[in-house]
Amino acid sequence: MQAIQARFKFLFQSTKGLILVAIAAIALVTALWGMLSGPMAEWGVREVAVDLFGFDLDPAEREGRIVILYHTIAMGVVAILVYMITGLIPMKEHERVSINFSATVGYITSMVFGLAFAYFGRNWAFHGLYLLGLSIMFFTGVLLAVALRPWRKDYRNPDPAYAHLRGMNLERAALFVMSVATLGSAVFGAVAGASYGNGFETFLAEDLIRWPDKTDLQFAIVGHLHIMLALMAVALALVIGRWFDWKGTLHKISMPIMMLGTTVMTAGTWAVVPMHGGAAHTIIYAGSTFVLLAGLFLVIFGFSKIIRERLAEQGIKKASFWQGLKALLHDPVRFGTLWQMVYMNFCTSFVGIFVAVKLDEIFRVWPSRDERLILTGHWHILSGIIATIILLYYADMAGLKGRVRKVFGWTVILGSDAAFGAVTVFEMKRLFVSELNQQPVTDITMLIADIGLALVLVALAALMVWRLVDLFERDGRWRKELAETGYTEVEADTREGLISAQELAK
Amino acid sequence: MKVKLFLIAIMALVLAACSAAEAGEPPVIETGVDPEAWARVPAGEFLMGQFDHPTVIDYDYEIMVTHVTNAQFAEFLNAALADGTIRFNEDKTEVLGYYPGDEFHGYRHEERIDEGDWLLFPVDEEGVRLEFDGETFTPLAGYENHPATFVTWFGARAYCEYYGGRLPSEAEWEKAARGTDGRPYPWGGEIERNNANFYSSRDPFEEGVGKQGDTTPVGFYNGKTYDGYETIDSPSPYGLYDMAGNVWQWTGNVYDKQHYRYLRGGSKGEYEHWLRVWASINIAPDFAGPSVGFRCVRDVAAAE
Repeated sequence: MQAIQARFKFLFQSTKGLILVAIAAIALVTALWGMLSGPMAEWGVREVAVDLFGFDLDPAEREGRIVILYHTIAMGVVAILVYMITGLIPMKEHERVSINFSATVGYITSMVFGLAFAYFGRNWAFHGLYLLGLSIMFFTGVLLAVALRPWRKDYRNPDPAYAHLRGMNLERAALFVMSVATLGSAVFGAVAGASYGNGFETFLAEDLIRWPDKTDLQFAIVGHLHIMLALMAVALALVIGRWFDWKGTLHKISMPIMMLGTTVMTAGTWAVVPMHGGAAHTIIYAGSTFVLLAGLFLVIFGFSKIIRERLAEQGIKKASFWQGLKALLHDPVRFGTLWQMVYMNFCTSFVGIFVAVKLDEIFRVWPSRDERLILTGHWHILSGIIATIILLYYADMAGLKGRVRKVFGWTVILGSDAAFGAVTVFEMKRLFVSELNQQPVTDITMLIADIGLALVLVALAALMVWRLVDLFERDGRWRKELAETGYTEVEADTREGLISAQELAK
Repeated sequence: MKVKLFLIAIMALVLAACSAAEAGEPPVIETGVDPEAWARVPAGEFLMGQFDHPTVIDYDYEIMVTHVTNAQFAEFLNAALADGTIRFNEDKTEVLGYYPGDEFHGYRHEERIDEGDWLLFPVDEEGVRLEFDGETFTPLAGYENHPATFVTWFGARAYCEYYGGRLPSEAEWEKAARGTDGRPYPWGGEIERNNANFYSSRDPFEEGVGKQGDTTPVGFYNGKTYDGYETIDSPSPYGLYDMAGNVWQWTGNVYDKQHYRYLRGGSKGEYEHWLRVWASINIAPDFAGPSVGFRCVRDVAAAE
């Protein structure tokens, strides 16, 4: 019993344990729900899954189900980001504990009851609990914002190497701005969501394209989903920056830019409602340019640091281009977290800009179905890239080392990039192939995407199995990671009966 | 060595994916469903859209039991070209017809649809199922009773009006598809692979061309077994066939502030959720493609 308690404490109180549980939960949901669409449906796996698990897939409720599924996965990802932030950013222990606890209760409640409501009969008590979970996640955000308030005197950082304003830590301020923007944007979606059942009907944003007159509530939902994903990306960039101990000139330039970008981008997204699109898009473009610029500076700093540290390890003082490149690629886990940010531009940013510029000339001439594909592909890739960065960062936290670390890192990078690249080609295929002749392009791109994603999932599964096996070991990694959060090994041993209470008292 | 084997396996899979064969002449299948038949839809209330909004159509109307077929469309082109209702462009690569134009509102993304002659049918577009010998249109062998494709909205409208009908409004189309009980598919609440022709539905016409498949003869899903392939009888409550899948169907509504026209029913190239009776896509009215067809409605008085 004590052994279970100690492991339970690791899984639900330590930063690494909490992240492990959330990744495992999302992986489980992805694996199970992935059977219901795409190639799994084509291969007949869906029918088997429906029979086996009793999924209730009422055709009229598909959009509602998908909205809830997206929210449950998003809550898991938000919880992971919260754990990462509380693990990296100084705050009082009681704040860290209460924020993490709230996030855990929130995402698990929304995930369990949201999916139960959406896919296993319409039990409205479950729907209420799902909303309760979302509300707890909002409360978590409030706690986080309070803990991150940058004007706190006890967390000033006047170190000249880092961005600060009269001692106020600007990185903390950027995280605070992100948290407040996220809370406001959550309210933005919640207000619209609260109107369901009062004449406002469930929809997927991609199904609204080309409607000349969208309602305010529809605009609010469209704005909500865009900004929430963008803010998750901002949060992750700041987390990765802290992991790299980002500092120096680029840090000092980037933090104000990141704050400005986050604020403008969020304001632009909110402005979509009163402005009904139009000029609000210009505001969003301006804000996201700032954010992308800060991201670029992070990548420049991080790549330089990776190269510098590796060359120092090798004792190379003046490196050739190839030695520099080799040093950059030496550790795929660290390299990958930043490379994925670069790669995102090829699959989403550049594609998005091209589509916006040529919208009427090219994309609005296509059937709406083809234009819709770009939208769904676009944001699935963006979500996927965020997931792979989290995964790579977690691999480092979990202690992957040596050859296994390299295999894991390159598998995730190459597998996901092949998949995202293939999906980008797939969604843009009408540019170079007609509907009549598209089947080979569809087959090849989908095959590459499936293989790529399968590789990533296998790598993820291997990581999860490794950590699961570790949990059964008495002196596994989990014990050390638990100790890192102040829950000492002695205490763990005591709970397991390895040391008597009297010995501990001595 | 292992890496090489892995790469070879990947290449083999990619090449296998590339090997989608060209569609040859399809098997000639008589479904027994008459493309000349019409079904009557009585006046009254029905549930429209995904959220079942009570909607009233206060008149009886008739709608074609199947899509317009290649044979029917060829016959129309020959007749209407002969009597001058429609015409060729100068090099006979396009069939054109008059359209009185739409009101232009100058709305964002809206394109002008002015009065004049518009494309009805692209004669030499790759994939069209009609042959033209310089004088007469004839359907390709085996495709006579398949739905006419590559017909623009203007072409579909011209066809229907030529025979005294019109394109169905979205409401007329949906009521004809689902009846009055709010069902999501024309035949009921669930979809099986042999209910309709959709993406990866594994019908015999997917063989050789891949999962997006080919058109199936109109009325194919009528419970018959064709060369070992068993279909489920899948009519709508009013006895219409192919109201889900095969090819999308133009509807007649012209909406303010946009030039797009809406299509219903899903197609051979779509996943099954696009076959739900309320699902729609939209395209400019001069679009012609391999997954787009139509059927007509007519007023009961005209029919009698």
